[in-house]
Amino acid sequence: MISMTEVTETIRMIASQNLDVRTITLGISLLDCIDSDLGRLKENIYRKITESAKDLVSVGKEIERDYGIPIVNKRISVTPVALVGGSACRTTSDFVGIAKTLDRAACEVGVNFIGGYSALVSKGMTDADELLIRSIPEALCSTQRVCSSVDAGSTKAGIDMDAVRLLGEVIRETAEKTAGDSSIGCAKLVVFCNAPDDNPFMAGAFHGVTCPDKMINVGVSGPGVVKTALEQVRGADFETLCETIKKTAFKVTRVGQLVAREASRRLDIPFGIIDLSLAPTPAVGDSVADILCEIGLEYPGAPGTTAALALLNDQVKKGGVMASSYVGGLSGAFIPVSEDQGMIRAVNAGALTLEKLEAMTCVCSVGLDMIAVPGDTNASTISGIIADELAIGMVNAKTTAVRLIPAAGKKVGDFIEFGGLLGSAPVMPVNGFSCERLIERKGRIPAPIHSFKN
Amino acid sequence: MEKTIITVVGHDTVGIIARICTYLAQNRINILDISQTITGGYFNMMMVTDTSASEKNTGKIADDLDRIGAEMNLSIRCMQEDIFSAMHRI
Repeated sequence: MISMTEVTETIRMIASQNLDVRTITLGISLLDCIDSDLGRLKENIYRKITESAKDLVSVGKEIERDYGIPIVNKRISVTPVALVGGSACRTTSDFVGIAKTLDRAACEVGVNFIGGYSALVSKGMTDADELLIRSIPEALCSTQRVCSSVDAGSTKAGIDMDAVRLLGEVIRETAEKTAGDSSIGCAKLVVFCNAPDDNPFMAGAFHGVTCPDKMINVGVSGPGVVKTALEQVRGADFETLCETIKKTAFKVTRVGQLVAREASRRLDIPFGIIDLSLAPTPAVGDSVADILCEIGLEYPGAPGTTAALALLNDQVKKGGVMASSYVGGLSGAFIPVSEDQGMIRAVNAGALTLEKLEAMTCVCSVGLDMIAVPGDTNASTISGIIADELAIGMVNAKTTAVRLIPAAGKKVGDFIEFGGLLGSAPVMPVNGFSCERLIERKGRIPAPIHSFKN
Repeated sequence: MEKTIITVVGHDTVGIIARICTYLAQNRINILDISQTITGGYFNMMMVTDTSASEKNTGKIADDLDRIGAEMNLSIRCMQEDIFSAMHRI
């Protein structure tokens, strides 16, 4: 029988430590929608999404009520649109038409984001991939719920520097097109290396071609729960610290596993994976930065940050892996700046720089995430930052990503507001020296050698 | 059996258990176990119930209890037992 102490612990996690299931994401394959006629293709896409996801939001709410656990987001990911639209789209506006169809479908079923306006180009771009990438600024400024991602590198294929060069310009253009709205378009665009094809978290979610027709992926979170658990062992040795993180991650992930199983059963859609990530939100007490401080840093960015984050990330995985048979997605600690009050404080205090964030991405999931930089940052500089981050992912055989916001019209020290889960961000300085001649080079960076690891 | 855990927290007052048990009886919800403490004037109760004979599902029961809680100035939660066993049992 469950004891009162256990019940109280669970309720406290939910009520005061922000434990929640961050997202139930329904992955839908659009491969069977393909048609060379654009009108028919859009019709097929709209029908497939609205039929597959018609019960997603209501089932999510039911589970929320039955178990008393908040499920913050219900979302959809689809097959990368560059693959689906390849035979029907001849212009960038054809692709934008598909983005609008996705937006309409997402609105109809009541999900807040739909991911998969994507291209996988790690070894080079097809004509369709390039058209889609060029259409991203227009697609993101003319839709509300569509999220876009580009996988531009991998450990097996190297980095497609032509795509990286193009993406620098695309990110600048997206920022300018959504200037009136704090350049929010860029918050919905991620550039990946080694993108996972079962990631439930936005903006980088897409439904990979290796996945079944439909699949339920669940992202759990709970930085506040880990932080509170660590407060109880303040000053303890590393073994105690690690044990505490592992136990907490286990408990959090088990809740995600339960919700995923239930969602899968009630929707009659196979369960894919649990993404056991520590994903912060702008809410007070829901911060990964605060965990790093609890581990022993004055601010994230201080010497020791990379070590503390490496430890945290590893223990979260070790605890979470035992709680679920199928772990996937990004799984680890997220370190977005705008979505984490503690990170914002660290930037404002001058403790955290872009370069330190880059170092941190070597040991945790994702990468340079939700970072605002001056609006006049050169496209080639943005491409250079992307290339650096993708190189880290490529060489270390891990997922890395870049979600930069060159905030139009803003300079270092300004502040931009996105609202909601996306939060707000201080504009951070960027190294002003040029990398233009590197970015101008055509072609690819070859895949790294897989031996002689030093 | 559909086990549901009901927790009640708030200032102690006359008739808390009576009111909740009346609701449970009216809705054919069987009480399997009750534990209750009062610390510093705070009433703290946990009930393990079986809702399988009830016409209402957990969500509806949770809503009803939430309303009763609001009337009596108490925090009442009703959650399926699975979430606790998932978290605390291997």
